[in-house]
Parts: sequence; C-alpha cells; structure tokens
Amino acid sequence: MSVRLRVIAAMKQIAEEQQVKLPPLTDELSLHETGFDSLAFAILVARLEDDLGIDPFTISEDAAFPLTVGDFVRAYENVPA
Amino acid sequence: MSPRDVFALRDYLGPQLKGRTFSDARHVVSLTDILSQTCLDARPGELSGRSVLVSVTGQLMAGLAMIEVDGIVRRMLLCPPDLNPDYLSALIEDAEIDTVITDQPERWSDVGLARVVTAGLPLTATAPAQTECASEWLMLTSGTSGVPKIVGHTLEGLCGAIVADGPARGTPPVWATFYDIRRYGGLQIFLRAIIGGGSMVLSQSGEVLADHVARLAARGVTHISGTPSHWRKLLMSGSAAGFAPRYVRLSGEISDQAVLDGLAQAFPNASVGHAYASTEAGVGFAVNDGREGFPASLVGPNKNGVEMKVVDGSLRIRSTRAAHAYIGKRGGTLTDAEGFVDSGDMVELRGDRYYFVGRRGGIINIGGLKVHPEEIEAVINRHANVRMSRAKSRRSPITGSIVVADVILTDGSAERAKEIREEILANCRASLASHKVPAVIRFVEALDVTPAGKLARSDA
Repeated sequence: MSVRLRVIAAMKQIAEEQQVKLPPLTDELSLHETGFDSLAFAILVARLEDDLGIDPFTISEDAAFPLTVGDFVRAYENVPA
Repeated sequence: MSPRDVFALRDYLGPQLKGRTFSDARHVVSLTDILSQTCLDARPGELSGRSVLVSVTGQLMAGLAMIEVDGIVRRMLLCPPDLNPDYLSALIEDAEIDTVITDQPERWSDVGLARVVTAGLPLTATAPAQTECASEWLMLTSGTSGVPKIVGHTLEGLCGAIVADGPARGTPPVWATFYDIRRYGGLQIFLRAIIGGGSMVLSQSGEVLADHVARLAARGVTHISGTPSHWRKLLMSGSAAGFAPRYVRLSGEISDQAVLDGLAQAFPNASVGHAYASTEAGVGFAVNDGREGFPASLVGPNKNGVEMKVVDGSLRIRSTRAAHAYIGKRGGTLTDAEGFVDSGDMVELRGDRYYFVGRRGGIINIGGLKVHPEEIEAVINRHANVRMSRAKSRRSPITGSIVVADVILTDGSAERAKEIREEILANCRASLASHKVPAVIRFVEALDVTPAGKLARSDA
C-alpha cells in the first residue's frame, strides 16, 4: 500500500473510532475541515509513526504543521527513508 | 522490661507442633526442632544487643536468621536480594550496623564491621536461646531510585493484622508467596506461617514458574500471596492447573476486577482476597468479597488499630501496624502531625465503595490533564482476551503526549488481534475520558515486572 493510502486508511479508522464524519478527503481539504481535533491528529501521527517508522513533525524542528490533507500526506511521502 | 512482656518469633515455635517445615527448592528444614538448632557460627550471647545486617543470598537462610536473632539483637536490617551493593555503606551508617550475618563472609572481611557472622546449612545443635528484648525490624522501601529509606517496625506492629485475623481454621496452613520474604508483603506471609503454627514454601530465584507451581502443589500449599502481576503471570503460564490452594491473596498493586475474576475462575475452591499494605503504613485492610476496591465504611473510625482518611484524593493511615520511624538521616518524617502516613495511593469514591486509581507519583500528563495509567489498565484488562497491560505516555508533536498501551493477550487470541484491539478501544471509549483512551495499542509477549513483583513503570 502506498504511503498516501496508508495515511488515508489511518484517518478513516480514527474518524470511525472518534465518531467524526469525514468529508471526502481531497488534497485541497484543509485539515481543520476534516473534523479532527488535536487529539485525533496526535493519534494519527503516533499510529503512522508505528506503521511507517517516521514522524515528520518531530524529525524536523522547523517543519510547519501542514494546512491541508495534501500537505499532510506529502509530509510523509517526502521524508527521506 | 522483663522478657515476659516481650514476644519474639521463637515463642511461636516449639516441639509441641509436629510436622512444620520451612523450605525452598533445595532444602526442607523442620521447624519442630528449630529452637535447639542454629544456622549461625556465633558464640552464645555474641549477638545480644547487636545491630545486625541480614545479608544472605537465599530466603531460607534469611528466615532462619530472623527466627534466631529476633528477641536477641537490638535491631536487624533485612536486605532484599536485589539491593544495590553501592548503597550498603550508607545503610550501615544510618542503621548503626555493627554486625553482618552473611553466607559470603569473604565479602565482608574488610568492610570494617565489628563482627561477621557466617550463616549456613546444615543446622547444628545449640542450647535454645531466651528472648531478651523486643528487636527492631528494619526494612527497606522499594520503588524509589537512589538509596532506599530504612523503615523501622516492631514485631508487634508487623503482626497486628495477623493477630486481628485470628488463627486460620482447620488444619494448619501451608503458606507460600511469590514475594521475597525480605520485603514487606513477603515478610507478612513468613510471619503468618510462623505465628499461625503453619509451614512455609519459599520462592526460589531463577526457578521456572511451572516448576515453582509444581513444587507448591507437591508441598501441599494451602495459602498463597503475590502481587496482581505475579498472579497474571501465573494465569498466563497455564501452570495453575493441578494447584488448588484454599486461600489466594493479592497485595502490592491495585487488584482490578479482571485479575480477581481470573483467579476465582482458576481456583474455584479458593477464597480470593486482596489486601492493602505498604512498608511504611503496614497492613491497612483485606477485602474478601471478590470485588475490586473497598467498602467506604472502612474509611473513618478506628478498626483494629487502623484509622483511615482520604485527603486530596490520597489514602492516609494512622495505625498501630505502621512503621514507627524512618531510620537514619535521609528518612524525613514518616507521619503528619496527627500520626497519619500519606500512602500516596490515590482513591476515588464511587457509590459506597472506594477504588484505587493509581499512585500520586505515577501520574502521566496528557495535554495538561492528569491520567493514572492504572485506571486505563483496569479497563483494558476487563477484556476477556487480555491477560495484562501497561499504559504509559508517549511524546507527541501535536499534544505533547498521548496515552499508549502495551497488552498481553491470552493464548490463542493472536489471530483475532484486530477485532480485539477494536473491542478494547470501544471499552475504553465507553468508560474513560477521551484523552485517556490509548492512541495506540501494541500487542506484546511480555511486560517487565520489578524484583518487588510490580509492573515496571519506567516513565512513572
């Protein structure tokens, strides 16, 4: 499964657990509009770290937190292995 | 004080009770003739009034030494097996130790103690000693980093709960414990065996659990105690079959409903009780109704010398069973001005019952909110396929920290792991505030348990 698909799958799983109704996940959707709160994002980042072995937001101190779903996915895609 | 006013362990031992034994995996010692035998190379009277460090490798030798020197020495400091040797000189100074009882005399030749007494088997014949004084029993606190504190008890205080419970009914009990008897929880069981006219089967360091349980069954153990972590390990091992104690006791950690139910199921003919005790406060109470927590009616008025109150969420105990002081200069004060020991154990009143929620010092901070890992573990452990769990914090770039949990599943449930994870999370969401629900659940094969039998909490 591609990084993108794994990120999307994890988001759907967490949305179900947190009873958040996700809008269609397009690249342009702002993270704010996903309905995820900071706890849901914290869970997402932790699970993706376990799944993909990377946490792009801790590795780089100056990494700005992404604003859109597309930015978020690219943060994982662009981390050098 | 005349010896008549003082009691010592030897007063509970004598030739009138036949068939009493004290054993580990290698040796069986008869308690019937123990008063006319010695394991020490001391001359008669040599230990009178001494301040003695009991530093022997095995529990059997430690127990025999306790029986011999109680009522003779001024004080004895019990060294648990995992004591860091670097701490010995500070402890010797604080407890004013002048004599060591050891099975490794060569290690002590140049430490500068006035006397090095060698302990060993076989026992040799000696004239029975007479009780001379009430010896002070010194124990070490566990769970703190750095030099442990020395806690001073008397035999009378240590035996307060045993005397209050009265003798066991029926045939004399054969006691066992997963604890080391040089720790408070284990010493209670050793004293129950000696005071109650019974026998005792010791644990043996390094012994495989299945062999240990087989030995317990073969020696006819009827009464046995351990921490919930000890018991969960036993339940996980599948070794419980063939072992049928009459009384199963838990102490030292929070007994949640899952472990109580698991033990009731594994030992259908046993009564299962959980006790609350600490090295400092002594035995507070035992709960025998099979439910987690304890009746709120236990808090308040003095019962059998124990008075409890809850202040700022923590259980405070004023008790004749409590230690009388920290010994030495590092201790600080043991009680508040009114004589209450603050246990640091946090409780919550729900209905007519108090429930333990965790240690004050074990709180993890999740986004500014306080969380006790134990309350999360109690919910996770309710799942039928979970044997044991540990919740802890993990740093998060989003919220600072999140809760994660390591979980041991019962045998054969691994193929259902995905569903079980979802069921556990659903249970947690139904019972816990959202910030306490684990963000990640990891299934593991084992969880570390400390030498004191408690779940290791490295981040606590």
